[in-house]
Amino acid sequence: MDGELKYLLARTAQGKHSRRAFLGRAGALGMSAAMANTLLAGAVRAEEPKKGGMIRVGMQGGESTNTLDPALAASEVPFMVNMTWGEMLTDVDPAGNIELRLAEEISSSPDAKTWTFKIRQGVEFHNGKTVTAEDVLATMQRHSDEKSQSGALGIVQGIESMSAEGDKFTVTLVSPNADLPYLMGDYHLIIQPDGGRDDPTAGIGAGPYKVVVNEPGVRHGFERHANYWDDRIAHADQTEILVINDTTARVAALQAGQVHMINRVDPKVFQLLKNAPGIQVKNVAGRGHYVFIMHCTAAPFDNNDLRMALKLAINRQEMVEKILGGLGSVGNDFPINSAYPLFDDTIPQREYDPEQAAFFYKKSGHDGSPIILRTASGAFPGAVEAAQLFQQSAAAAGIPLEIKREPDDGYWSNVWNVQPFSASYWGGRPVQDQMYSTAYLSSAEWNDTKFYNDKFDSILIAARAELDTAKRKAMYSEMAHILRDEGGLICPMFNDFVEGVSDAIAGWEADPNGELMNGRAHVKCWLA
Amino acid sequence: MHPILKLVAQRLSLGLLLLLAASALIFIGVELLPGDVAQSILGQSATETALRNLREELGLNEPALTRYFNWLFGALHGDLGTALTNGQDISKAIGERLGNTLFLAFWAALFSVPLAIVLGLIAVRYRNRWPDKLISGITLSTISLPEFVAGYLLMYLFTVEFRIFSPISTIYAGMSLGEKLSAIALPVMVLVLVVLAHMMRMTRAAILNVMQSAYIETAELKGLRPFVIIARHAFPNAIAPVVNVVMLNLAYLVVGVVVVEVVFVYPGMGQYLVDHVTKRDLPVVQACGLIFAAVYIGLNILADVISILANPRLRHPK
Repeated sequence: MDGELKYLLARTAQGKHSRRAFLGRAGALGMSAAMANTLLAGAVRAEEPKKGGMIRVGMQGGESTNTLDPALAASEVPFMVNMTWGEMLTDVDPAGNIELRLAEEISSSPDAKTWTFKIRQGVEFHNGKTVTAEDVLATMQRHSDEKSQSGALGIVQGIESMSAEGDKFTVTLVSPNADLPYLMGDYHLIIQPDGGRDDPTAGIGAGPYKVVVNEPGVRHGFERHANYWDDRIAHADQTEILVINDTTARVAALQAGQVHMINRVDPKVFQLLKNAPGIQVKNVAGRGHYVFIMHCTAAPFDNNDLRMALKLAINRQEMVEKILGGLGSVGNDFPINSAYPLFDDTIPQREYDPEQAAFFYKKSGHDGSPIILRTASGAFPGAVEAAQLFQQSAAAAGIPLEIKREPDDGYWSNVWNVQPFSASYWGGRPVQDQMYSTAYLSSAEWNDTKFYNDKFDSILIAARAELDTAKRKAMYSEMAHILRDEGGLICPMFNDFVEGVSDAIAGWEADPNGELMNGRAHVKCWLA
Repeated sequence: MHPILKLVAQRLSLGLLLLLAASALIFIGVELLPGDVAQSILGQSATETALRNLREELGLNEPALTRYFNWLFGALHGDLGTALTNGQDISKAIGERLGNTLFLAFWAALFSVPLAIVLGLIAVRYRNRWPDKLISGITLSTISLPEFVAGYLLMYLFTVEFRIFSPISTIYAGMSLGEKLSAIALPVMVLVLVVLAHMMRMTRAAILNVMQSAYIETAELKGLRPFVIIARHAFPNAIAPVVNVVMLNLAYLVVGVVVVEVVFVYPGMGQYLVDHVTKRDLPVVQACGLIFAAVYIGLNILADVISILANPRLRHPK
């Protein structure tokens, strides 16, 4: 078979080329339609998942202090590790729809206040115990009771009561929330036997792989859970996650074939790596964004004219090009982009406008003293350079910014959410409600812009109970407008996930929910 | 008591006092760092309630002094406790990490120490001629190169261009010795390059110093070959300063190789310590600090004892 035909065949089998187009091109290359059809059928079969082997992942974001307790997962490696051995009630698929995992069926009362999850029958934990509604109840209790240390505490706080009966787990909420199934897919809420009360760090779950080796900060080894319920995934017999925090070493490991996939490819080497043999570099648009946050309650940021001046004084396009190396998209001063369901793409894009910025700066009556912007190299990759670009573009509008570089160590406890103007990042959430509720609702624990707006709050609460998606979309759009024009958020860019994948891997698909196919790349892919 | 035994006993008891002082200093240092372990664990996702609950569970609400003496009491009974961050048993975790660190240090020392001394002898033999200049030039340039640059260069050469070694040096139980050695080949090379110059220069300088002595002239007049003079007559009298530098470098190989560990993803003590300092995990930092201090103190005692044994005047004091 000649090269072009082979290429076409592969593209068609992967669905990147239509069948009709393939037959047409094959005909042009002098092949009969019947023969082309046979060829195509064979190629499609070849794309079916292959079982067996070992998939190895090299990752940044692991420390020797990591634990297997899902309640305390905060960085990338623990997240991916937990996705390997654990399973939640629900999951979010790449298109943003709810995927049923341990819940087999979800129903709600018409007011979206009471939700019932029917638990999938015959699913087994790694210790042989069957998953029951009681385990689900115990898990949710552990994350929400008064002794909880869970990162999901903010999510499960809105629960008024919970109960388990037979195979049904029922949740009654304080106020309606149409997005509860999404919240149940939060990565902390992994169902553990008896809620993990005996030993939260045991790593026993109902996920596709069992924990075999747990050396935090070094490597995590897994083997397939023989009685796993879902045979559509978990193709490899074994999988291993190696912690390779050094960027150069990670890329070298991929090039040398020691690992099959890596996260966080430096945008600086993106072009070089693209031409390297045997590997592919993927950039996936996600919901994560890099931000500068102003406290709306602290002087001088309590003046909306000054906030507007700063929003107009940042050059978003330049940041995407220079900080992200083009691997991302511009932000619009609210935390939502087209990767979210119900996104309104008619909201006008805010541009860099030094004249308008100077106008608002003057109008704000600021005394001209330098405005202190705090940043650290760990706030987000390139945060110091981004602050410098901001300083320059603001200077062109006559706004004096002073950059204060803080140490990475302790940045999240001493600077972020404490100082009135600092650099930060957000990883994004599966749905708009969750993003807004996490960081922009007046009562949110992480309201890091100190944004208190009654109208915004009331629309947000009302939208949760609104089951008509068109009306809901309009409500989200209104909230976006309020935040964009009055909030304390300067959102210059949404970053892509940039990842390296070996040619030995098949079944890769882009997933905007998180890095490495939302932490499931090694579970969903197979060795070609 | 034999004077050397007496000296060792004195030094050891002094060493124990030093360790105690070190543990107090480490404790104060970590306490002074902003933020605490609960905040570090929960990071950006910390809520007030979660923080309070975690602090309660980890016992962080007790006064600092109580916590220090609790820890000290446990440590004196051989119980290093469990890591605050992930509840792992510290003795077990450190045992593995320390084993790895010593493994790497051992092989690096096995190549670098003899090589440095032989190169030093050669440099003296051909003093100020081209072999001396070549050796000095090469070793000085390798020591001037930052470790991570040397690491990346070797990595590029041996793993990407010529696929001889693996870029990841992770070793674990179950690997054969051959596999382990192949895995650590690159970090060993980098470490040898880094420590070579210091020891080589000291050997050269110390021997050159001795070469001015009258008895060397006598040996020359006896017609001995230059290399025999250096190796048999000059080197034994230059051992004391050389041993001191060698011990200093051995200590470095144990406690100072965190950069090399990171570049080659080697699961040693350095990375382990840095991770736990970042998270303010005091018991682990204390344990690592004590081990590092003990390594320094132990190697220094060893260096002193060897210096004394090598010097007859010190060996038989009046």
